[in-house]
Amino acid sequence: MAKVLLEMKSITKTFPGVKALDNVNLRVEEGEIHALVGENGAGKSTLMNVLSGIYPFGTYEGDIVYDGEVCEFHKIKDSEKKGIVIIHQELALIPYMTIGENMFLGNEQGKKYNIDWNKTYAEADKYLAMVGLTESSKTLIKDIGTGKQQLVEIAKALAKHAKLLILDEPTSSLNETDSRALLDLMKKLKSEGMTMIIISHKLNEVSYVADHITVVRDGSTIETLDAKTDDISEARIIKGMVGREITDRFPKRHDCEIGDVMMEVKNWTVFHPEFSERKVVDDVSINVRKGEVVGIYGLMGAGRTELAMSIFGRSYGIGISGSLILKGEELTLKNPRQAIKAGIAYVTEDRKGNGLVLSNSIKVNTSLANLDALSSGSFIDKDKEYLVAEEYVQKLKTKTPSVEQLVGNLSGGNQQKVLLAKWMFADPDVLILDEPTRGIDVGAKYEIYCIINDLAKAGKSVIMISSELPEVIGMSDRIYIMNQAKIVGEMKASDATQENIMACIVKSGSEA
Amino acid sequence: MEGNKVVNFLRKYMMLIATVVVILVFYFLTGGKSLLPQNINNVISQNAYVFVLGTGMLLCILTGGNIDLSVGSVVCLAGGVGAIILEKNLPWPIAVVAMLVMGLLVGLWHGFWIAYVKVPPFIATLVGMLAFRGLANIIMGGYAYQVSDPAYLSIFGGGDNCYVPDFLAGIGPATEFNKTCMVMAVLIAAGYAVFTFINRTRLIKKGYKVDSLVSQIIKTVLIVAVVIWIGYKLANYKGIPTVLIWIALVLGVFAYITTKTTLGRNLYAVGGNAKATRLSGIDTRKVMFSAYTLMGVLSGFAGVLNIARLMGSQPTYGLGYEMDAIAACFIGGASAYGGTGSIGGVIIGAALMGIINQGMVIANTPPNYQTVVKGIVLVLAVFFDVIMQMRRKGSKKKNANAVENGGAKA
Repeated sequence: MAKVLLEMKSITKTFPGVKALDNVNLRVEEGEIHALVGENGAGKSTLMNVLSGIYPFGTYEGDIVYDGEVCEFHKIKDSEKKGIVIIHQELALIPYMTIGENMFLGNEQGKKYNIDWNKTYAEADKYLAMVGLTESSKTLIKDIGTGKQQLVEIAKALAKHAKLLILDEPTSSLNETDSRALLDLMKKLKSEGMTMIIISHKLNEVSYVADHITVVRDGSTIETLDAKTDDISEARIIKGMVGREITDRFPKRHDCEIGDVMMEVKNWTVFHPEFSERKVVDDVSINVRKGEVVGIYGLMGAGRTELAMSIFGRSYGIGISGSLILKGEELTLKNPRQAIKAGIAYVTEDRKGNGLVLSNSIKVNTSLANLDALSSGSFIDKDKEYLVAEEYVQKLKTKTPSVEQLVGNLSGGNQQKVLLAKWMFADPDVLILDEPTRGIDVGAKYEIYCIINDLAKAGKSVIMISSELPEVIGMSDRIYIMNQAKIVGEMKASDATQENIMACIVKSGSEA
Repeated sequence: MEGNKVVNFLRKYMMLIATVVVILVFYFLTGGKSLLPQNINNVISQNAYVFVLGTGMLLCILTGGNIDLSVGSVVCLAGGVGAIILEKNLPWPIAVVAMLVMGLLVGLWHGFWIAYVKVPPFIATLVGMLAFRGLANIIMGGYAYQVSDPAYLSIFGGGDNCYVPDFLAGIGPATEFNKTCMVMAVLIAAGYAVFTFINRTRLIKKGYKVDSLVSQIIKTVLIVAVVIWIGYKLANYKGIPTVLIWIALVLGVFAYITTKTTLGRNLYAVGGNAKATRLSGIDTRKVMFSAYTLMGVLSGFAGVLNIARLMGSQPTYGLGYEMDAIAACFIGGASAYGGTGSIGGVIIGAALMGIINQGMVIANTPPNYQTVVKGIVLVLAVFFDVIMQMRRKGSKKKNANAVENGGAKA
């Protein structure tokens, strides 16, 4: 048996209110490619952040044994010194710097006050050759494609004398050819003795490169499969990923009548605002009825948020084409204001970035999208505003000392309720909820589900975007499945199982 | 928790405490001269422009730490236009309207570039700073103009007779003491106290949360005392300077706009999180446009006050005013990233700057040292703000946990 390079023992990491990792164990042998798979939010990235020192020693429980010794990493530099280098999902390269400058950023060659540029570029060229790039290291990052940028990231890691390389979703932004090139590079590095951990959603890639596959689910390691001895077919891995039992996690909707079609989107196509040839939504047609909850399932980057935001007054994307029919009437919505007026609300997945003004109170956030209802002319009726905020705090059971509390002081679940309150107060007919339970604990999730049910009962149409399979199946009446910018399947919730939804995605992925 | 209370108290009233300390320091340094009635009167009149421009600057800063560098030049330009009109012996209201329109046009110009073309505010207003200064020079032909219309001067706070007349002089014993001024101060103080407590009972009746009675009383008593004290001092000099009425009017109107109107709310929201605001259906461009337009109008108005006080206009007037206005906002606790700040803060910031300026002049500090001291005051103010923020973040985490835990128990 090969030497064990890394062993993470009984790692437990808690965030306020959430246990992100619960007694996780991971063994990585020297010179292997070890894959870490699991649903979004299962805890893969958290585990890697613990390993690389982003969550410093002392903020978690358990031991990291690396190269035979117990390690205490207080910051990223500590783990990098030992040769553990992580390459994050989002590229961390600066577009207007050269490849060489990027590669040695924070690790400059020569002296601090006298950078040796000749050495920098010579070294950079050497590492570029190792990853099979022929570009000069003096090329600006913005001038090479994403596939090559990813390779530069790896070269950068090699320049740090990496012994253990962690790649978080390295192919998520790459096309098929670039992905294959990257995976082959990984195999080549392995043959030269490098140890790697790859986190990926793309199970065909995992089966292609991995020697061992560890499945993470709900913050725990479920099993480790050996490529030589175990069955590592995609179906087998999926079973491990989604195998949790669905009990009573979702409240039932009773006496909820599904009525006529409320909103319909036909042949909707959207292009990326920066890379204007790239279609982020491709010929999508969906509809939602009165009193219905429609789920849109897809992995991150499938185009779900882009679809939702482009419907919501073209707040994302360019070159939008297709028709939007609301209550039987075809509409052109130019901005969020018109969308809100027409009766559409979009509850963002990014509540801190796009949803709430953290430096303002619950009261002010609740009224933000519908201040007109509270003011005559442009003068705000502050008494009414207070009462409205109070009303929603009670209705949604938001835990707070008062409505004057700053939203930044609330926990994630309570922030989500304030965000919902804001859009419920805007009184829309169609609510698009984007990942409404992301990053909140199980109890608060249940309460959010109850709110969704109440909305449907009140005759609202709800579109729920989610990357959690059980949630989509448990909450929806009907499910659309989205992958690579297209709707690749539609099914009644009663017919849906986790396996056949996943199969839908895998099938469409292999066709592409 | 006790420690938290102290930190919160300090954070909230830090600049107020600093102001009191500064007043006391200068009182002793100048042997009591700094608090003579005439000097109190001067602090108000000399710093009128800081209050007015600081108010406008606050609107810009609220939208995300954006500043307007052009205000000094605009004050000069508007003032120049006004002075030329007054020199031609046209009625003064025409001059006032012309100056305000001049400011408005500049504001629209900046608003257009910043909000709709998306030129960074720093650059757009830097252009304004250069161009409008030049334009002022062109209009005035490099000459100084005199303003001598007595009605104009007395209404906008220039010359010897720029005080509210003493209507009550005939009542009681004839003295130098300005009775109108004293009566007004007492009325305002009493009105404030009564309003505070009526409002308080109204809030309690509706079941809203209010400050504790003790802290409310202390706060009210302090404010009443300060108003009466200033009134007494002014009454011992020549009475209420007319410019004080204008300052109060501007501050009052904009305190109302920032706290009670949708425009005000939108200014804070854009500065707090522009993306979330846009996705809430608010036209963020319009908000930016309004902020710079109002800043322009206020610059025009500062021009009105400026040529009255200086009894004329010169091409160099208004130099460096933008920095005084920006400093007043930051000293008053506005965030350099936008989203927080208040008119109350501007009042304290402007007053503190004015008191320090005046104190140093009376204490015969060489002018070069004076600017150094002003710089140090600014950096200290921001420094205290930053450490208080950090403290608060520390306690915020605890709070969030407490809310979470409390919820779990419930």
